Amino acid sequence: MTYVTDVPEMAVAPAGGPPGHGAVPAADTPTQWAAAYFDGYSTVGLLAVVGVLFLTVAFVGGRLLRPVVPTPEKLLTYECGVDPVGEGWAHTQVRYYVYAFLYVIFAVDSIFLFPWATVFAEPGFGGTTLVEMFVFLGFLTVGLLYAWKKGVLEWT
Amino acid sequence: MNDTLEVALRLLAVFVIFLVLPLVIGQTEHKVMAHMQGRLGPMYAGGFHGWAQLVADGVKFAQKEDVVPANADRRVFQLAPAVALLPYLLVLVAIPIGPDNAVGEAIDAGIFFVLAVMGVGVLGSLMAGWASANKFSLLGGLRTAAQLLAYELPMLLTAASVAMAAGTVSLPGMLDAFEWWWVPWQIVGGVVFFVAGLAELQRPPFDAPVADSEIIFGAYTEYTGLRFALFLLAEYAGIVVLSGLTAVLFLGGWHGPFADELGWLWTLLKTLALAFVVIWLRATYPRLREDQLQKLAWTVLIPLALAQIALTGVVKVAIS
Repeated sequence: MTYVTDVPEMAVAPAGGPPGHGAVPAADTPTQWAAAYFDGYSTVGLLAVVGVLFLTVAFVGGRLLRPVVPTPEKLLTYECGVDPVGEGWAHTQVRYYVYAFLYVIFAVDSIFLFPWATVFAEPGFGGTTLVEMFVFLGFLTVGLLYAWKKGVLEWT
Repeated sequence: MNDTLEVALRLLAVFVIFLVLPLVIGQTEHKVMAHMQGRLGPMYAGGFHGWAQLVADGVKFAQKEDVVPANADRRVFQLAPAVALLPYLLVLVAIPIGPDNAVGEAIDAGIFFVLAVMGVGVLGSLMAGWASANKFSLLGGLRTAAQLLAYELPMLLTAASVAMAAGTVSLPGMLDAFEWWWVPWQIVGGVVFFVAGLAELQRPPFDAPVADSEIIFGAYTEYTGLRFALFLLAEYAGIVVLSGLTAVLFLGGWHGPFADELGWLWTLLKTLALAFVVIWLRATYPRLREDQLQKLAWTVLIPLALAQIALTGVVKVAIS
């Protein structure tokens, strides 16, 4: 399941593996495991820093290049060229909170698919997990059919 | 320090891809759509068939005045383009382009990371839609939210199907496990993933949230200059990410003849072919109405995605 590539040597040092032992074991204590795992994300963090720098340079550079000549008309909210009526943050009836519910239920469920997906076909699981999968899919399908029957999925 | 140098080179490569490929796809869109509609498209900028059109556009955008409406929520309004753009840069780091660890960074929970971070990009549109204090923007933001709710799900489910087939959630690991017959096996999931991804990027025919002819570009109505350009860049970076991910998950990524030497080329070709399809769809299909959008997601894509999971599970258990 793990796909650790070239991390152990680098990762062991800062994590402070088991002290007092001469030979450093390959990443097999929980600390080293965690260090190796999060090491990949430090690169991602570095890239995020690069991205933020890029945007900062773009914004600052843009400020130096562009003119700033605000007028009251220019700062008016756009409404097809006429003066805006009422305010922009209008109250709306959120009729699709039902979908939000549906979405949360389904999405939380499907998150659990990922860890399960890595082991379900391992020797010793096979048939049982397959039955479990159909039970899971059954629940989702019943939920969807219920919503359908309730007319939630009808639009006219 | 060899390690430091290597990480720096990898990040540089990811960053260059992030800046160049979206422009290539944008220029291709100009030319391909033009020719599909019997026009020539840009011909002057840069001399040869207007190749520098987008560079010229960028220069123009950078010199435009940056207008923040007096009624807008200033900070959120200004931050929104950054939130829309950054996630796609971060996703690129996890997409493998060749065999033997040719990836920005091999992340263990790659598919999970990628889907989670891609979801953040939509937040930029929501922030823009609300912070603009504009009725068109608010409508656009609401439509964006509705679309996210409907289409995130089939995407998750079909990605889980590939994770089941490979028995791993690491993207390079999935490609190592790939066999050619996965393409027909996962084809339904692939189509669902691609369509749902298009909807999440708000690309035609799923562009009701930005529909320029009815709600004046939705969440982006009030944006000008550089910030508007960043939203556009985010859209094209999104196409790169979606096409790349579809190629990796469903079309075998770097697999192909001479994969050891030319793996990166296969990834690039598959990605560009899918990007071409994205452009093609824009030139071909009319925009779906909001109710048609929802209907397609809940009554077609999600049942199909569930069926794909069942198929994947049965076949996988049968062969192992």
